[in-house]
Amino acid sequence: MSGPMADEEPKAVAADPEPPGPGAPGPGTAGSGTTGADAAGTTGGEAADRGPDGPDGPDGDGSGLDLFRPRTPVDDRWFDDEAGPVVRLYSMTRGRARPVEDGLFDLISLIVAKDPAPVAAAVPAHVLDPEHQTILAWCRREPISVAELGSYTDLPVSVVRVLLGDLYDAELISVTRPVPLAELPDERLLRDVINGLRAL
Amino acid sequence: MDSVRSDLHAPATAPGPAYDGGAGRANDPRWRGGPAVAVKILVAGGFGAGKTTLVGSVSEIRPLRTEEELSELGRPVDDTAGVEAKRTTTVAMDFGRIDLRPGLALYLFGTPGQDRFWFVWDELARGALGALVLADTRRLADCFPSVDFFEQRRIPFLVAVNCFEGSELFSPEEVRDALDLDPDIPVVLCDARRREDGKELLVALVEHAAARRGTSTGTSTGTSAGAR
Repeated sequence: MSGPMADEEPKAVAADPEPPGPGAPGPGTAGSGTTGADAAGTTGGEAADRGPDGPDGPDGDGSGLDLFRPRTPVDDRWFDDEAGPVVRLYSMTRGRARPVEDGLFDLISLIVAKDPAPVAAAVPAHVLDPEHQTILAWCRREPISVAELGSYTDLPVSVVRVLLGDLYDAELISVTRPVPLAELPDERLLRDVINGLRAL
Repeated sequence: MDSVRSDLHAPATAPGPAYDGGAGRANDPRWRGGPAVAVKILVAGGFGAGKTTLVGSVSEIRPLRTEEELSELGRPVDDTAGVEAKRTTTVAMDFGRIDLRPGLALYLFGTPGQDRFWFVWDELARGALGALVLADTRRLADCFPSVDFFEQRRIPFLVAVNCFEGSELFSPEEVRDALDLDPDIPVVLCDARRREDGKELLVALVEHAAARRGTSTGTSTGTSAGAR
C-alpha cells in the first residue's frame, strides 16, 4: 500500500482536522441556523477544489521552484502542524476517557447530524470545539459510522466517542445502533448481504 | 501503518462528499441517504497472514486507531519503565466498507495482530456477523488464538487458508485436522490478493452464519461450533 506519496501523508493528515473547523462550517455558520445545510454544501465544494491543491503546496515549497507564488491559507496551514499536534488528545476531551453513555457509539453505529438544525442555534457556537465542528460537518450529508469518523478526522476512535457524546447531549446528532445480530435471526438480512456480495 | 495512510488523503480534505464506497455511487440517486443498516465482519489471523491484503482486495481500506488504557494484560508487554505516565496505548487496525445495496453497508475490520489487544477484539466482536480467520500454512499455529476466540464466543467463522506463492499446499482437510476444527466449520483455500476470492470467502462465511443461525434457532442452545 505504500506509495510515493507516503512521506508527505502524515503531514496532510495531521493538518486535516484543522481546516474544516475554522473554515466554512465554523462557529459563524453554525450560528446562522437555517443556512446550515447550504453552508455544508459549499464547504464540500470548496474543500473539493482545495483538495488537488493540497499536495502541490508542500511539493512546491520542498523543491523551491515556486517561491514567488503568492502564499495561500492552504500553504500556511502546514507550518504549525509540522511541529506536531498542538493540542493533546485528551485536552480535546477535557480529560474524559469515556462518553457519557457507554455502548451507544459502537464502531458501526451510524451517526447523522439532525436536520434542519434549529437546535444548533440554541447551542452557543463557542461551546463546540473545532473538532466537534469537524465531526458535525462529516455527519451532515448522510449517516456515517463511528469508525469512518475516526478515520476521516484522524482522531482515535476513543476521542471521537467522547466528542460524539457531547454532540449527542446537545441534541445535534442522532445515532442508529447496529442490529443486535445475536438476538435477531433475520434470514432476510443475511440473504441481502449474500446477494449484495455476489453482485459486487 | 503510516504508509497505509496515503489512502486517507483525498477524502479527508473534504468533509462533505462522504465515502465513495463504490465508483459513482454517490451520484446514483438510489444510494442517496446513506446506510440505514450496518453489519460487520471481522478479519482475523496471525501477523502477516494477509488480513490487510484481504480487506483491501474487497473494499477501500482505511486505517483506524484508538487510544486505549493499558490493561493489566498489556502492562508486562509494554515496557513502561521510565515512562510511568504513559497509561494509554495506540491500537491500529484496518477497516473497509462495502455498500451492499441502498441502505445496507458491510464493514470489515482487520483485528489488531498482537494478542495483548484482546480487549479491542471483544469490542470488535460484539454484534459481528461472523469472522474470517486467515491461516498461513507456514505458521499455522499463529491462527490458534483467533480460532479459540471465535469458538468461545460462538461467533460464526471460517478458516481461509491463504495460499502464498511458494508455500506448501495443504488440503483443507489437513488444515482442519491440524487446527482441530469441528466438521461444520468451512475451510477454504484462497489467495487474499484476489478480489473474487475475497468475495467468495465473505459469501461462504455469511452462508455458514445463516446455516448455523437456522440450526441454532431450531435447537435453541449452542450448536457444534462452541462444542470444543
